[in-house]
Amino acid sequence: MGIPSGTNRAVNTPAPRLALTGISRRFGNVTALDGASLTAARGEVHALLGENGAGKSSLMKIAFGLDQPDAGTIELDGQRTVLRTPREAMARGIGMVQQHFALVDALTVSENVALGSGGRLDLAATANTIRRLSAASGLPLDPDARVSTLAVGAQQRLEIIKALARNAEVLILDEPTAVLVPAEARELLNWTRRFADAGGTVILIAHKLREILSIADRVTVLRRGTTVLTASASDVTEQLLADAMLGATRSAPPMRSMAAPRAAAGTPTITLVNVAANDPSGVERLTNASLSVNSGEIVGIAAIEGAGQRELLRVIAGRLEPTRGTVTIPEVVGFVPEDRQRDAIVLDATLTENLALRGADRRRGLMPWQSLSSTTSDMLRVHDVRAVDTRATIRTLSGGNQQKFVVGRELADSPLALVVENPTRGLDIRATAAVHAALRTARDAGTAVVVYSSDLDEVLLLSDRVLVVAAGAVRDAGSDRDAIGLAMLDASR
Amino acid sequence: MARLPRVIRALFEPMLAITLSLIVLTALLAVSGYSVSAALTALWHGAFGSWSVIASGTLVRATPLLFAGLAVTVAFRAGILNIGAEGQLLAGAAAATAVSVTISPTLGIAGVALALVVGGAAGGMWAGIAAVLRQRFGVLEVISTIMLNVIMLHLTGLLVRGPLQEGTGTFPQSALIDPALRLPRIFPGTRLHVGVALAVLSALGLAWVLRHTAQGFRLRMTGANPRAAASAGGIGVARVAMSAFIASGAIAGLGGAVEVTGVTFALYENLSPGYGYTAIAVALLARLNPMAAIGSAVVFGALEAGAAAMQREAEVPAGMVGVAEACVILVLLASEWIGARAGRWSTLFRGGPPSKHVSELSPTSDQP
Amino acid sequence: MSALADFLDASVRSATPLLLAAIGETVSERSGVINVGLEGTIIVGCLAGLAAATIVGPTAALAAAGIAGLLLALIFAIIAIWLGAEQIIAGTAITMMGLGLTGTLYRVLYGDAGAALSAPTMAPIGVPLLQDLPLIGGAFFRQPLPTYLAIALVPAVWWWLNRTHSGLAIRATGENPAAARASGISPRRVQTAGALFGGLCGGLAGGTLVLAQVGTFAEGMSAGRGFIAIAIVALGRWSPVGAAIAALFFGMASALQFLFQSLELKLPYQVFLALPYALTLLALAFARGRYRAPAALGARIGTADIT
Repeated sequence: MGIPSGTNRAVNTPAPRLALTGISRRFGNVTALDGASLTAARGEVHALLGENGAGKSSLMKIAFGLDQPDAGTIELDGQRTVLRTPREAMARGIGMVQQHFALVDALTVSENVALGSGGRLDLAATANTIRRLSAASGLPLDPDARVSTLAVGAQQRLEIIKALARNAEVLILDEPTAVLVPAEARELLNWTRRFADAGGTVILIAHKLREILSIADRVTVLRRGTTVLTASASDVTEQLLADAMLGATRSAPPMRSMAAPRAAAGTPTITLVNVAANDPSGVERLTNASLSVNSGEIVGIAAIEGAGQRELLRVIAGRLEPTRGTVTIPEVVGFVPEDRQRDAIVLDATLTENLALRGADRRRGLMPWQSLSSTTSDMLRVHDVRAVDTRATIRTLSGGNQQKFVVGRELADSPLALVVENPTRGLDIRATAAVHAALRTARDAGTAVVVYSSDLDEVLLLSDRVLVVAAGAVRDAGSDRDAIGLAMLDASR
Repeated sequence: MARLPRVIRALFEPMLAITLSLIVLTALLAVSGYSVSAALTALWHGAFGSWSVIASGTLVRATPLLFAGLAVTVAFRAGILNIGAEGQLLAGAAAATAVSVTISPTLGIAGVALALVVGGAAGGMWAGIAAVLRQRFGVLEVISTIMLNVIMLHLTGLLVRGPLQEGTGTFPQSALIDPALRLPRIFPGTRLHVGVALAVLSALGLAWVLRHTAQGFRLRMTGANPRAAASAGGIGVARVAMSAFIASGAIAGLGGAVEVTGVTFALYENLSPGYGYTAIAVALLARLNPMAAIGSAVVFGALEAGAAAMQREAEVPAGMVGVAEACVILVLLASEWIGARAGRWSTLFRGGPPSKHVSELSPTSDQP
Repeated sequence: MSALADFLDASVRSATPLLLAAIGETVSERSGVINVGLEGTIIVGCLAGLAAATIVGPTAALAAAGIAGLLLALIFAIIAIWLGAEQIIAGTAITMMGLGLTGTLYRVLYGDAGAALSAPTMAPIGVPLLQDLPLIGGAFFRQPLPTYLAIALVPAVWWWLNRTHSGLAIRATGENPAAARASGISPRRVQTAGALFGGLCGGLAGGTLVLAQVGTFAEGMSAGRGFIAIAIVALGRWSPVGAAIAALFFGMASALQFLFQSLELKLPYQVFLALPYALTLLALAFARGRYRAPAALGARIGTADIT
């Protein structure tokens, strides 16, 4: 241990806890990583930044043994290692909390922690371990709870405890704050600081530059699979990081705070009075929602997971029957659901067929493929969707182009109302800007737009007016970020 | 230039599957101590030996396989795993027989039409049981259709020993259908009947419906991604799936009705040597394309007709062909993986966007 | 003996092969693999049992039957788990293969027209004292070895699934393979093990049929038992104890004909043949909402998630 083995290090510094050097990985014709490097020391919170698709998750999957590099080396404490499986990574003290939690809903917290560890299965002992770790780390967790009953924050704590129970010393967190409300996020970041101060290593994949700079010791920036910047956090600025992420030719949208409230010139297009609705399992998530949205405005919805916004959006979009209350909506409402591949498009159908999907229920007789095809071409042009032609399957499009397609389709017949849920999740900055622009154009053309994003900053950025959904009800908390954050948490715990 | 690779792409996997299955069949014959050349010669003679063999053997066998294969195609493309074509075909056969032995022979061709319609309806109703069980009670259609196959088999046994038994009450089969109520022969001297044309017309009709009608479009979208079909298309996916399930049963039932009015002229217990199960291989070999199912049904019809000859002439058990059919399915399933893995193959055989509005040449997502 | 005791005895006899097959399929389905090829596995077990019994005697032949079932399940596992094919269709092909293969091999091995070859069968083993219990003594305590094996498997498999690490891995894989993989488990290996155990039990079920009950082989003698076993798994809500109850229920439905005969009720025998299937369908319909299949049952594991 500790014997310097590389040539790129000063002789007297101890070997870094984790060093990834010259990592390359190709998937078919796509190069995900092209000589990416990252080193993290003990006691360090290390931020990993980059646009979507820059290779952050790919690199961390390799560090956790979920994937193997085509080229490059992994060193732990200066020792070259090969991590073929997560099991091997965990045995060497590496833990990872993935963006999409790797939890088994049907099992209990204890069972999830015991899963994959060796020896005799002793759930009582596991529960004790959880209680001990929970007390020591300040991350509260009930060992006997079933995962399906846990809120998102608790699920994330479980993921961390899982890693700690395997004695993780290097903890990789993939966008951990994306699903948390501001207060929870701050709590989590403070915990990572404590974990690092106690000798651990944290690698934090994140988007929010300000958040990163407040907590990280060092940062690494990836662009197109290559490390373009490694620096101490105190030596960089938000602007510098943004430039590194986007490259010289960046055309990112200017950041702005919430637009000044526009004159309420429009007429009420969507009106809900005392509406209640159930989730698919029959639980009443929306208990008493009233709101009104005018034509020509974007109303943002701010909420934490499970507050009832999911049901609210679907009621407004006409996709869910309310159990109580009165709903007044236009006959046709455009809807962009958050999981587009599951809920909005048919991956192996052509672009024309995916366009024809809208309104498929009302169609009679023969399919007018010729005219549908030319409508599709027009739409692709207007919304700048990059595709070979209208006969290509939508699977062949990138995520950003798929999303632009869905937004374009839903706006194709100029609906009076449009409901949008997490419209830019998983998109890079350019695609995000394009989607935002499309929403603003629709608003300016008189469409009543309702936008929900789990990223509060996106809600504030897009909206003319923000409504908070908490505990199944809708309220107006004004336009102040902190006040909205408080309202989101209110009565939900 | 551009057309040739596409043809190769479409035919590559089926040809691979057939070739490998014949190799397996040959190996099995050799291992079992049969004369490979004698057996394969008998197979060839029984399938394609002469025009009359093709007409009376291969094409006659291919007809119920095509009907059942189309039934499987409709169901699978709608995302319904209907393993019950066998029972639905028997239901159609039983109902058509009941009609044919009851009505007056003077009805002639109108009587035949009635028998076919009733047969289709019976098949649809038998599938409808499974459809309701799936829709209302959440019973997996795989389980229910298999159960219903067994129930229908015993029900047929009951019918041919009870209400439908022939006049003398000696044999477990129904009375013979009056010649006036049989499907006309296409060529005198062969067993080739009008049902073959009906089957081909059904295939063409189904292809047209899937490609050009709103109903067909809704069915394909429902099968490929029911959530998106419901959310983005407003399609009542439960209703579409249910209709497709019943339509699937009706097509199989029609096949059973054609079989009794065109070939057997009576109902008996072992009417179907597993047409409903072979149909899955027929549909898969055709990659769930109704037009391609015509060719696929002929391939399996030839295999079955040849197997009968093989058993007659070379005393090779016909079960051997069941093994070959299973191999066709397994090789097709495996070749999907091979195709997806081998980079070189993927550019050679799968590259480029599909050429049609309907992605029928490579319906990967709606292919189970 | 009373008619009721006979009825119970016949019920347990019918239930034994079904329970063996259903227990194996329960483990397989809990790992996320539904194997419709079980029917083929059982018939392969039948023929292997017969062939081995003529050489090594019934008890060793039972083991041979299990191994034969395991080998057929291995083909299924390669296609459905390692090559990621649709499980239902792969299973259907496996059943076709099992039925075709046994029909062919039987004629190859023992000549045409199926010269009625008989194998020595296992004698019932009486449990002292208990076998003399009224009504249930004969049914539960004077049975051949496989019945006791099936009964013993119920608590054993329950313990395996609920009290061991490998059982936890099986349940986790059937619910969420990606999560299992992130916890250091190989979903493919777990599912392969589940499918092979299912094949082993299916083969044992076939062996039981020949070696403890019928004493000979006939083409297609599995007679849909594999499909019934799959229904029993669903009816038993994916638990070994539930499978035992469901198997006994089905066995009783099958044995009704003996009871009705003794009561001198005249009904065509096809009614009795079809009755258990119809009752099972009804039971499945009314068990609605009270059971839930493993979340990832029948799903293909994404290629990115597997080792």
